[in-house]
Amino acid sequence: MDFKGSDTITGPRTEDVLPSTATAAVKVVIVGGFGVGKTTMVGAVSEIRPLTTEETMTQASIGVDDNSRIEGKTATTVAMDFGRISISEQLILYLFGTPGQERFWFLWNGLFEGALGAVVLVDTRRLEVSFDVIGRLEERGVPFVVAVNTFPDAPSHPMEALRHALDLPDEVPMVNCDARLRASSRDVLLTLMNYLHALALQRS
Amino acid sequence: MKTPRRERREKLPSPSSPAPDPGSAKGDPERLYVITGGPDGGERAALDLVTMVVACSTPSPTVQPEQAAILRLCRAPLSVAEISAYLRLPFSVVTSLLTDLLATELVESRAPIVRAVLPDRSLLEAVMHGLQRL
Repeated sequence: MDFKGSDTITGPRTEDVLPSTATAAVKVVIVGGFGVGKTTMVGAVSEIRPLTTEETMTQASIGVDDNSRIEGKTATTVAMDFGRISISEQLILYLFGTPGQERFWFLWNGLFEGALGAVVLVDTRRLEVSFDVIGRLEERGVPFVVAVNTFPDAPSHPMEALRHALDLPDEVPMVNCDARLRASSRDVLLTLMNYLHALALQRS
Repeated sequence: MKTPRRERREKLPSPSSPAPDPGSAKGDPERLYVITGGPDGGERAALDLVTMVVACSTPSPTVQPEQAAILRLCRAPLSVAEISAYLRLPFSVVTSLLTDLLATELVESRAPIVRAVLPDRSLLEAVMHGLQRL
């Protein structure tokens, strides 16, 4: 542990300090492959500069070199960027951008189980990297929407073709977005909330 | 489209305990720090990334420096994730430190609103209204 002592700790900026009434929190997870724009989207809508929480894990090494064979295990740090939106004086929405590999998810207690829902951010140039993520969310029963981050040089496909390739049921919302833009990223979150609202109506 | 097609999956039967045992399969990762404050390695408090924490008192000279830093940070409510980020300590280390602080009632925590208890449409409507103001 490399704790530097309290003198070097920088807490939230004055304008980022929450009111004492802020005691109710909800979270949404933004999940997708490396470089798909998760942190960009978090930063676009967050009221604070995105922060990073991390977890350190050990992993049995697979005989990469002699040193690792002696140690048997290597330490790896897995990081998650996150941001925050104050919904009201009481309610705070947190957004977590998480790597797509499920084997990292357990490192944070209830990362998905406690979330209201998830946004799967996809890049049409590498659609297949989101296949496994979507399957894992289906298996866990986590409601999600799919947001297609429109990179300038990415091929443009009709949404129906993407829905077919991702084998998504009709009711799962799909939207185009530009993760760099606040309004666009906010609309993705609104799409998720509308979907969750519709699911809640169905249940009642 | 040339990409391969995904195959839809079914929800697994036991969604309440889907987390795989981290030590069950060879090659699965494990948390590096499983430290606990208790003398006999007691349980960590069930803390979520977005459990909100607020200090009940100012640090006394007897608390550890890390815990004193948490007490100073949490004069206003702060999530466990933010504490981890500002202290640059892994999530599991922060939950361990907070377990002690909760046991000694130096901090209070408020569990997040999670999906399992959710079907609360008014909560979702509040979030939608908040997002529309962005």
